[in-house]
Amino acid sequence: MLDNLQLLFVYAPIMNVQMILDGIFVGAVFALIAYGLALVWGVMNVKNICQGDMVIMGGYIAFTLYQLGVHPIFAIPIVAAVMFIYGWIIYVMIIRRVIDNDMFVSLLATFGLSLLMTQVMNLIYGPEVQTIDSHFPIAMMFDDFVTIPMVKIVSLALAMVLAAAVVIFMKKSRMGQAIRATAQDARAARVLGINTDNIFAFTYSLNAAICGVAGVLVSMIWVLQPFYGIIYTLRTFAIVTAAGLGNLPGVISMSFVLGWVEQYAGIVAGAEWQVAASVLMLLAVLMWRQVQMRRQRQVVR
Amino acid sequence: MTRNQILLYLVIAVSGVLGPIMFPNYTQQMAVMWVMVIMASTWDITGGQMGYNSLGNITFFGVGMYVSAVIQVSMFYDISLYTASYGAIKPVFTDQQYFVGLFAGILAAGVSCVILARLLGVVVFGLRGPYFAIGTLGVAIAAGQIAGTMDTIGGGAGISMPFFPWDIQLRSAFFYIICFTLAVASHFTIRWLFSTQFGLAANAIRDDEDKAEAMGIPTQKYKQFGWGIAAFYMGCIGAVFGNMVGYIEPVEVAFPAPTFGIFMVAMALLGGKGTLWGPVLGAVLFHVVKETTWTYLLGWQWVALGFILIVNIVYFQQGIMGWLQTKYPEKFGIIVDQSNVQAKEEA
Repeated sequence: MLDNLQLLFVYAPIMNVQMILDGIFVGAVFALIAYGLALVWGVMNVKNICQGDMVIMGGYIAFTLYQLGVHPIFAIPIVAAVMFIYGWIIYVMIIRRVIDNDMFVSLLATFGLSLLMTQVMNLIYGPEVQTIDSHFPIAMMFDDFVTIPMVKIVSLALAMVLAAAVVIFMKKSRMGQAIRATAQDARAARVLGINTDNIFAFTYSLNAAICGVAGVLVSMIWVLQPFYGIIYTLRTFAIVTAAGLGNLPGVISMSFVLGWVEQYAGIVAGAEWQVAASVLMLLAVLMWRQVQMRRQRQVVR
Repeated sequence: MTRNQILLYLVIAVSGVLGPIMFPNYTQQMAVMWVMVIMASTWDITGGQMGYNSLGNITFFGVGMYVSAVIQVSMFYDISLYTASYGAIKPVFTDQQYFVGLFAGILAAGVSCVILARLLGVVVFGLRGPYFAIGTLGVAIAAGQIAGTMDTIGGGAGISMPFFPWDIQLRSAFFYIICFTLAVASHFTIRWLFSTQFGLAANAIRDDEDKAEAMGIPTQKYKQFGWGIAAFYMGCIGAVFGNMVGYIEPVEVAFPAPTFGIFMVAMALLGGKGTLWGPVLGAVLFHVVKETTWTYLLGWQWVALGFILIVNIVYFQQGIMGWLQTKYPEKFGIIVDQSNVQAKEEA
């Protein structure tokens, strides 16, 4: 561990550039997924545990299209459409029935869905690690110390475009306004003639579509494996819990922080700590929240 | 105890003893069934009765497993040498060494899990509702990942447990007896626990924690005590399960948070959470369904289980015992205020 620190800060400080860039590349994808979760959480108060599995599912749809000869970038609209329909079906079959219940019920129901999706993907694609080779060149910088695959830059740009599109949609369009109104007060929105059931369905499906697109990016710059979904879910929960709902700048900055924490934990403490780092960050955030609240809370001792 | 209850306990005792004698081929499966019973009923202490839905009780299962493994081996051998050889060294444990190690391991597993629950309790019991569930899930997954990084306990490759020294025929019967005893012990502990003031306080916390605090109930203490009891039994049964399986590995065997960590919740919900018999019934049913799908739907078993979980949660939330309670409340000693019911029907 000390050797790794020395390597980073004494022998080859240029490696930090690589780490920071990689952190930004993965952070952009996390930000997309986390924004989707914050949307669903804020609007319908559903803790969507199958968030990560929707990401992996989007990636696998792109993978299937890739095998049929569709380039992953052109697969993005197809995946978004398919995932949108899928999200709508899931909403009608499951989410609608648990939405009025206690929040733990929605958590468990989506956990069951997550288990189901993971295993179906495992049966179809097998447990092997898959990736899509999108044939972009790789740029080298600083005496080959820093490698930047062009695909990562492309994915960063795509993530930014998509995020901007979603934000503008939420701000400007009629549907986006209705969604925000429902998030503020569902009952008042219903009184004013908004069909909240439709809004909920649309929000959930929009989240599924965002996840699917993020999954395509993951399949290009990273790897797909049926069982990785839960890790993405925990990462997004860490981000959203830390940033708070409806705080878009917070979500984006926390995503980059998480990306960097993971990169540095991976290189300093060893690759097996990379996943543990994000989970530990979630716990750290929860603990910090509690320390904050303890000042106000009066507990019988 | 009423006559019916004594009869019920007699039936369970007889079937528990006669089960492995009548069907010796299924002894291992029946032992696992009692493991599931312990998981579900200890989850219900905090989950169903107290309203603190933990998704991380599986942490204690895995920690207990590892603690007992370390103690069993390191009492007589160097643990790091043992794990570094990846099973190439097969140390021989004498009868006495094995059994002393096993029982010391089980006990130490239980005790260390109580200590761990006390420490974790400080952190997680400030969280409420879904945050508690997510936080405990995070604890379980982090525990699995961290166990995978520790080389002294075998890292990601795992650790193989000492061999059972007696005749192999006796092995499953031996572990069956331990599992059955622990299940019975945990059941009577919970039964006793909820006949005391603890039961009332736990239900008060579930119904409205702030009001319970306002009434002067030390909620933190009750929550931690309940979780400690659950942790003790989970640790003990984890130690036994590790020895029963014979090989410990961090993600699939010791800390299977996405599978067994959720199944224990599903079992309690299936039977009816917040009741004494619900989790037991749910665990037995779930185990039977699980083994049946394992046998007849090989490859699709997890899909089937996920499907059952969703259907159970979405369409049948109150569980079997909860359904029975609403259907025949007088059998459970619940007095229904008829005027209230009529007022509701008219409204």
